[in-house]
Amino acid sequence: MLIIFYIASAVAVISTLLVIIQHNLVHALLYLVVSFLAVAMAFYVLGAPFIAALEVIIYAGAIVVLMIFVIMMLNLRQESIAQEKKWLNAQIVIGPVILVLVLAGELIYMVSTEASITLTDQVIGAKAVGMTLYGPYVIGVELSGILLMAGIVGAYHLGRQKKKVTHRFLEKQEE
Amino acid sequence: MTTIPAEYGLVLASVLFMLGLISLLIRRNIVFMLISVEIMLNAAGLAFIVAGAKWSQPDGQVMFLFILTMAAAEVSVGLALILQIYHQLKTLNSDEASKMKG
Amino acid sequence: MNDLLWLIPALPFLGSIILILAGTRLSKKSVPLIGVGSVGVSALITLLIGYDFISSDTPPVIKQVLWNWIDVAGFSPSIALHLDSLSLVFIFVITFIGFLIHVYSSEFMVDDDGYARFFAYLNLFVGSMLILVLADNLLLLYFGWEGVGLCSYLLIGFWYQEEKNGYAARKAFIMTRVGDTAMAIGLFMIFKTFGTLNITDIQLQAPVMWEIGATEGTIIAFLLLGGAVGKSAQLPLQTWLPDAMAGPSPVSALIHAATMVTAGVYLITRMHVVFELAPTAQFVVGVIGSVTLLIAGFSALTQYDLKRVLAYSTISQLGYMFLALGVGAWSAAIFHFMIHAFFKALLFLAAGAVIMALHHEHDMFKMGGLRKKLPVIYWTFLIGAASLAALPLITAGFFSKDQILWLAWAGEKGNVWFFLVALSGAFITAVYTFRMVFLTFFGEEKSHVTHIPGSFINIPLIILAILSTLAGFIELPHSFGHFQLFTNFLNPLLPATTLQSEIESTEWMIQVSAAALSIGGTLLAYYLYVKRPSLHAQFKSAVPQLHNFLLHGWRFDSLYDWVFVKPFVYLAAINKNDFVDWPYNALVNVASFIHRMFAFTQSGILRWYLIGVVLGAILILTLGLML
Repeated sequence: MLIIFYIASAVAVISTLLVIIQHNLVHALLYLVVSFLAVAMAFYVLGAPFIAALEVIIYAGAIVVLMIFVIMMLNLRQESIAQEKKWLNAQIVIGPVILVLVLAGELIYMVSTEASITLTDQVIGAKAVGMTLYGPYVIGVELSGILLMAGIVGAYHLGRQKKKVTHRFLEKQEE
Repeated sequence: MTTIPAEYGLVLASVLFMLGLISLLIRRNIVFMLISVEIMLNAAGLAFIVAGAKWSQPDGQVMFLFILTMAAAEVSVGLALILQIYHQLKTLNSDEASKMKG
Repeated sequence: MNDLLWLIPALPFLGSIILILAGTRLSKKSVPLIGVGSVGVSALITLLIGYDFISSDTPPVIKQVLWNWIDVAGFSPSIALHLDSLSLVFIFVITFIGFLIHVYSSEFMVDDDGYARFFAYLNLFVGSMLILVLADNLLLLYFGWEGVGLCSYLLIGFWYQEEKNGYAARKAFIMTRVGDTAMAIGLFMIFKTFGTLNITDIQLQAPVMWEIGATEGTIIAFLLLGGAVGKSAQLPLQTWLPDAMAGPSPVSALIHAATMVTAGVYLITRMHVVFELAPTAQFVVGVIGSVTLLIAGFSALTQYDLKRVLAYSTISQLGYMFLALGVGAWSAAIFHFMIHAFFKALLFLAAGAVIMALHHEHDMFKMGGLRKKLPVIYWTFLIGAASLAALPLITAGFFSKDQILWLAWAGEKGNVWFFLVALSGAFITAVYTFRMVFLTFFGEEKSHVTHIPGSFINIPLIILAILSTLAGFIELPHSFGHFQLFTNFLNPLLPATTLQSEIESTEWMIQVSAAALSIGGTLLAYYLYVKRPSLHAQFKSAVPQLHNFLLHGWRFDSLYDWVFVKPFVYLAAINKNDFVDWPYNALVNVASFIHRMFAFTQSGILRWYLIGVVLGAILILTLGLML
């Protein structure tokens, strides 16, 4: 069990690292899928099989697919990769990395000073999650529904290309 | 069968979160920034799952579901915004989108 | 009936408020309905109350306490109205002439964009003036006093799109403010002395407190005189009135001739007890009046602008009133005030009609021959002018001015100099008045008449013309009928003027000489401007300096510019960067420095904001670890 968790962790960290150093967007997204799958594995090991399934379906499936569609719509060419290379140089990287390492050091220090507790291998299945979700957290479900509705309306409104209103005689020929 | 210490899960969550944060800070391309935000959200969800497993309660998983919902809504709005920005500014550079500076 | 007293000032105020709030939404027909109607109802109530007042045997004093203003440390001025015969004369003139002028304005101003605004200001003015004359205490009087000052400012600058009108409005406001400040100090001193500002109490206590010529009383009298001089445009604060002609003609008629400028006369008459206890101050009142009437009269002789002639003649006639006050002829001053209000309102309204008919032409030398074209205006203007010039027997102005002349000579405080000045003033008045008449209405036509005034303009003119003639007969001199309705009406309130003992018999000589001088002045004007029109042009080219000197009102403006404005501007310029400003400037600099710092963080670059978030997270986590 522990071994599986280690392997999943290693795969997740390495693939995430690869995501952040890629220049090509599509490659980065592929590594992102790998990272999400590894995290799903970790979920499974931690006794949350329902969440592992959702991670695969929604994160690795829906969200990444959505991003790929958008990247297709953006129609990026080869020069965008070159530009990405130009932007991603050592000078830019060094400052944020130091800052984040300080933050990470503090976080890991805080986590590791707690008294060590080993997790039970009890599996909490979809039924228990569903009972809790529609029991004490039903208001959260309602609010999530409203949020998703707002997300749909917002995405539709923002993503719409406004039609240009010009007189037909004044309309310029697109080259 | 050996069980997993809770800190290990939290450390994994921290490391993933920090990687996402580094990516967010060093990228100028807004699509990459959106991907970084997804990584960070996922890491936060992982921390909730670990916490839920620690107490053997389903609440952590419920929280992950909420984060998932939020991430889905966020990514749809965010991608719509990206399309709009690309349409208006013909670039994905987030620094260009600074017209509203004080 | 007497309970309705408060409605008299309240109605114009109400009309003003309605017009201010809803003026732009009202139609062109309902605006004058409110504006004229409110003053009209006030005038009606005044007539009813006045009828009650006169028909009762013992003239009552009506007091109506509306509410208490403030009550602090023994100082509790009430908002109370006080009606006696003096204020009755004033409210009659204000509401009645005010009403006629409102009726006139409803036609005169009809094409103006600010129609509702104009009536709102006029109503506000009428309300303030009524408060001024009905006030039971000096604080409320001061409230009305400042209210009319404000309305004067608003109405002079009514056509604010032109810069010179705004300048004239500011000039009037600031010049009168000089006098008002003196008056405010006077009020403080009165309160310190008597512990009250109630007018009746002051009148009762003053003779007990001071003997004649007491220093404190004299100082207070001088300070009150300062206020009166500012408001009534007397020397040395007279220069604002000619410029005040920038306002529309009805405003000139209502404020700068008939009512507001007489507030100073009212104040001195109201506080006559104080002035009688301060003979020096009263003498100065007479001197100011006589000097002003001469100076303004000479200036009026040279003006081109029809309205400026009338403005200078107003100053001159106010000088007569001050002269009368100075010799203790209280009721004569009030009588002249009333008659002057009739004929000066008439003259201004007629002048306004002439100016409108000639499409805003003010220059008299470009007018002429209007006798045939504007007959109603001509005849009413002629009657008003005759009254102003005091043509004998047929005009009201003769009787009122004659009374002043007689008392300036024969009154106990009168002397021969006052009399001679007043007499020569009468001659000058006749000359400039008929110069105006002959230039405007006689000779050949020089400008084309574009607008024939309608009945809303003609009817007020005719009523005022009748009043300018008939009102004189309520007060006839000793030698001629001896009929003293007006003086007797005011008598319980204002003491009769005591005469010097030995000169009772010469009154008819004075009347004859005054009549001869006014007729002589008329004939001189006829000779100069009709018979031999080239003569006055020769005079003008012979002594151009004198002509310009008089044209600019004895150059008082330049004098004040040199004595007050230039040094003040110089002092202000050298004090501009004094140390008092340092802390404030430092505050400003620090604030703008901090502003620039924060504005720098608002770079619009997303990654800088994220760095901020990370730094904040580090800070919070570090704090969490350390604590």
